[in-house]
Amino acid sequence: MALTVPTLAEMNARGESPEVLFWVGCAGSFDDRAKRITKAIARILNAAEVPFAVLGAEESCTGDPAKRAGNEFLFQMQAAQNIAVLNGYGVKRIVTGCPHCFNTLKNEYPELGGDYEVMHHTQFIQQLIADGRLKVADGQPFKGKRITFHDPCYLGRGNGEYEAPRAALAALDADLVEMRRCKKNGLCCGAGGAQMFKDAEKGNREVNHERTDDVLATGAKVVATGCPFCNTMMTDGVKNAEREGDIEVKDIAELIAEAADLL
Amino acid sequence: MAHLIGQLTFLVLLGTAGFFFARRIGQIRKNIQLGRDVDRSDRKSERWATMARVAMGQSKMVVRPVAGIMHLVIYAGFILINIEVLEILIDGIFGTHRVFAPYLGGFYDVLIGLFEWLALGVLVACVVFLVRRNVLPIARFRSPEMKGWPKNDANIILVVEVLLMFAFLSMNAADGIAQARGLDHYIAAGSFPVSQWLQPLYAGLSDAGVVAVERGAWWFHIVGILGFLVYVPYSKHFHIFLAFPNTWYSDLTPAGQLDNMAAVKKEVDLMMSGDPFAAPAEPASDVPAEPAPFGAKDVKDLTWKQLMEAYSCTECGRCTSVCPANATGKLLSPRKVMMDTRDRVEEVGRAINAAGGDWGQGDGKSLLGDYISEEELWACTSCQACVEACPINISPMGIILDMRRSLIMEDSKAPEPITAMFNNVENNGAPWAFPAADRGKWTDELANES
Repeated sequence: MALTVPTLAEMNARGESPEVLFWVGCAGSFDDRAKRITKAIARILNAAEVPFAVLGAEESCTGDPAKRAGNEFLFQMQAAQNIAVLNGYGVKRIVTGCPHCFNTLKNEYPELGGDYEVMHHTQFIQQLIADGRLKVADGQPFKGKRITFHDPCYLGRGNGEYEAPRAALAALDADLVEMRRCKKNGLCCGAGGAQMFKDAEKGNREVNHERTDDVLATGAKVVATGCPFCNTMMTDGVKNAEREGDIEVKDIAELIAEAADLL
Repeated sequence: MAHLIGQLTFLVLLGTAGFFFARRIGQIRKNIQLGRDVDRSDRKSERWATMARVAMGQSKMVVRPVAGIMHLVIYAGFILINIEVLEILIDGIFGTHRVFAPYLGGFYDVLIGLFEWLALGVLVACVVFLVRRNVLPIARFRSPEMKGWPKNDANIILVVEVLLMFAFLSMNAADGIAQARGLDHYIAAGSFPVSQWLQPLYAGLSDAGVVAVERGAWWFHIVGILGFLVYVPYSKHFHIFLAFPNTWYSDLTPAGQLDNMAAVKKEVDLMMSGDPFAAPAEPASDVPAEPAPFGAKDVKDLTWKQLMEAYSCTECGRCTSVCPANATGKLLSPRKVMMDTRDRVEEVGRAINAAGGDWGQGDGKSLLGDYISEEELWACTSCQACVEACPINISPMGIILDMRRSLIMEDSKAPEPITAMFNNVENNGAPWAFPAADRGKWTDELANES
């Protein structure tokens, strides 16, 4: 079903303002796999009748990977530029499709002049379900299916949010199982801290292969993620274990959208 | 007369130990103050609560129940048996014996009984810890950085604690025998629920022999404690003191939040102001001697809190055991980062003393490079597992990321793909080489989906 997503500039020109700004993030904008997650989020927002907009070409990297790789100059340049845009539009509420953008916008921008109410998409989706704005019960394609959730570091440990993604998944009526290392003790996928953009240092294993072992031990058929980088890493890990035939890696937004028959 | 000599000897020992302890504390304080300033005086009630929960309540220790509960026993033993040590100190100074007994009456018996049970608990826990460290295949005790001194340090502490507890129980056992025999000076006081099992060891001795065991154990115990007091601030075991301030000064921001560098903000504000010739408000009179470097190359570039963390670390290795890089065979070990930081600040402190306080140009070495390698730093995924795992809220990750800042902003040293990522962010506003104009492509695709 075709869906038109307005930019904030277009919405403003019509004299309207959105309930939330959907901050897509770089992976969600450019990476083909992550774009499917982005579209799922857009479809959910649309189905829940949330007036939303994106920045489109006016969005720019939050600076997270630059900051964590040690380039504070580049980070603050990006921040200043983004804050100028966001404040220019008078943005109040932001929903991000990526926990790294979420953490940076929520925690690191206020001191630089960008103060917004920032939510991760799993938090917002959970809220939509809880408020009855989004119905997912119909069809129940995941009923009884074994699903495990991989905590993104910057949502979980970074910001203490462990429950919202799980509460959203609960709506699927699936067999939700935890990995040996979960929540506070969750193992990183290996992509954070700018590792996504470089080869791993010399070692005896890849982090995502180690994490995939945790997944395999649960017997889950679906790995639920909440981060485009985790999604890439877990997809590669499952492939490396030659289990891509029977284990799917999907973002919570995709699972909810599918259950709500939006895809 | 014999009493007087005993009292004098005791006072001399006490004074000597106090002197060396105070001198060492002064040095550590000086070393910690080598660090940059950071304000951790806000949110005081939250800080007290954090200290109460994390340090006093050991909330993060018991996440791992086996080690956590045994540690709790040793901790409780240490705190409570110190009440008994207070009595020992008073007895030592004034030549009294069990001075608290007449004042506490029946409660004294309860206390001594409780101390005995705690002493047994500490003894058992220390033996189990020795077995865990030296016999069981627990990976975090066998990391490369634990070879040599760190391993010996841990064993020395555990063995000394076992000996101290044994001396304490032997003292009570002999005291119990002496009391039963009605020996002079040994008033009937205390109950001996544990040390009674040791009494058969000494029951065959003459009266003089029993007194000798009691006095010998008393002296061994108190001299051991004083020796321990001097030893601890040179050891990883210093956490028994620093855990409290270290948790009080915890970073209270979310673990995912990394500080925004104020010096960078000034420059960025200037650039964004749009006036290329704008200069910062004239600092004419108070020109700083030299601009502070970006990031941390050496210990002096870290904050005093980070240096305090280095002295607080007791090398338990929980950080390293949860580090994804370490688990997959990379060189990085968060515990080693803390140990290196402490070793380096010790080295710098000694060098400054040797140079008579003015260190000038330094020794040509630095924490980054001579202690911690780039390979270690680039293995970090910034996942904060080390921060979460630390029982006393140390952040090895903070030091790692501060050192990356030095690598990038001072030395322009980065792995090639990282430089490429920087260029992409700078030129395209994304870490990949996609044009910003394509950012909205997915909306076009969505608009055209059937």
